[in-house]
Amino acid sequence: MNILLITEQREGKWNRTSFETLAAAQQIANETNSRLAGAVIGKGVANLASELAASKIDEVLLIEHDLLAAYTPDGFTIALTQAIAQAKPDLILLPHTYQVRDFAPKLAASLGKGMIGDCIGYRNENGKLIFVRQMFQGKTVADVVFEGASPWFATFQAGAFRADLVAQGASKAPVTPVPVELSAAQIRTKPLEIFREAKQAVDLTQAPILVSVGRGIKAPENIPMAEKLAHLLGGELSASRPICDEGWLPMDRQIGSSGQTVAPKLYLALGISGAIQHVVGMKGSRTIAAINKDQNAPIFEVADYGIVGDLFEVVPALIEELEKSKSS
Amino acid sequence: MKIVVCIKQVPAKDAPLVIAEGTWIRETDIGFEMNEPDSFALEEALRLKEKHTGEVIAVSMGPERVKQTIKEALAKGADRGVHIADDKSHLLDPLGAAKSLAAAIEREKPDLVLTGLQSDDHGFGQTGVLLADRLGLPHATLIMQIGVEGDHLRVKRELEAGWFQWVELPLPAVLTIQSGINKVRYATLKGIMAAKKKEIVTIARESLGATYDPTQRIERIYVPTKTKKTEFLTGTPKESAVKLLEKLKHEARVL
Repeated sequence: MNILLITEQREGKWNRTSFETLAAAQQIANETNSRLAGAVIGKGVANLASELAASKIDEVLLIEHDLLAAYTPDGFTIALTQAIAQAKPDLILLPHTYQVRDFAPKLAASLGKGMIGDCIGYRNENGKLIFVRQMFQGKTVADVVFEGASPWFATFQAGAFRADLVAQGASKAPVTPVPVELSAAQIRTKPLEIFREAKQAVDLTQAPILVSVGRGIKAPENIPMAEKLAHLLGGELSASRPICDEGWLPMDRQIGSSGQTVAPKLYLALGISGAIQHVVGMKGSRTIAAINKDQNAPIFEVADYGIVGDLFEVVPALIEELEKSKSS
Repeated sequence: MKIVVCIKQVPAKDAPLVIAEGTWIRETDIGFEMNEPDSFALEEALRLKEKHTGEVIAVSMGPERVKQTIKEALAKGADRGVHIADDKSHLLDPLGAAKSLAAAIEREKPDLVLTGLQSDDHGFGQTGVLLADRLGLPHATLIMQIGVEGDHLRVKRELEAGWFQWVELPLPAVLTIQSGINKVRYATLKGIMAAKKKEIVTIARESLGATYDPTQRIERIYVPTKTKKTEFLTGTPKESAVKLLEKLKHEARVL
């Protein structure tokens, strides 16, 4: 089998999840005796291609064009369709980033193929690849297989594989430039400036302890209670996306795929169900404790300690105990 | 401006899910609701109509029950509904679902098609992008702001880690809406009454003539096996709170 990994960079900087998917691709290639190629797409990215060529990989495809300097779904789809026609991969792997979500389904569909997206792992059953992904917000998991002829497309969720497990090659792999034909008229969207909304007021990645609130906090009036607990523990307050969407806490307090990724020594989740978009941002925490009224909440999949109960009873009890030990 | 908004009906957030035979859940005894990400898309469609005038058409695919979700959209202010009827649409892969939706939407010749960023059931997160491809329209995803400037759009697209980007694209176009773009309205009593007079057209999915060549198949669904062993602390709230602090201090040593 021929496997093609499509990496992601922006303005010459890697999206690090590319290396997590590289680790997955190497593992699959190894188990299935496959040939692995990696693609780097953009403009002026030869140095990244060279860097990728140092890993255990058979070939690196360098796809460069002036019109690929800034990402557009049309430009990337057209260029990658041509690269795929030349490289003829059977399996195409990508990291499940916001950018990949924007073009990969279109790329697959333009070839009449499908994509199994946001996979958390795979199994190899005697050469048959089964991709594992979550459904119902992580409450269930599904085994999914490809139907029909290759090429097949799959994306892996951030954190599904470990980038530090990427194997380095004995020697550098060849870098092959892939010429693509692309004209400005084919690109319908016009990418403009990239910006940050406001400067990050708090850097949650530096907090040793985070007390994080989710939908279970119910109303903005209840936030101060969680804040008090955070301060008593010597930590910061953070939240899942719905809380920031409601405006109960500013966006810079958000943990998850669209917010910050953290790994504190303690992460205390209050009323957070544990949807995958949140869990990818905090599952690296050293110790995770969760309080939730639903004992089947996916947050308990990653928690070291769990309390199934009403946070409006448990949190005041925690505050009381901490205040007691402070004063004694 | 003629706007089509795709809304999916999914199991209610707090519905106790029981895995049924095959690759779906048992539908009896659970409630269904509008997929939350799609409710943001609907709200955005209604706001665009209020600002620029026009028409909002709510499209949903699924069994008879999804009409309830279309009615909710009508009660909030959508002008009419299209129900693509299929009792087994949950078995379609993303491309198959998008082909059927595209076949129905094409007939409407909309200026703009909106979807949520993903569904809370399958969570494929592909429908909007695939729809754009099938309709031959440009698209942008994870949109946090929409500006209509004559024959084109200027949209704010969310990137990762707090970054955003402005993107311009010509109309007609497809946008997938990021959750949190707006505050979703509730249906008023007046809206609910008005919805009773609004039209819902039902089209059988097979009659749309969309071909279906499955690209993938769900073999089974199951409850995830735990990767971590969670130690559950029990007792009264006070007892469990004391136990948790003990564990964090002396076992995990993080306090």
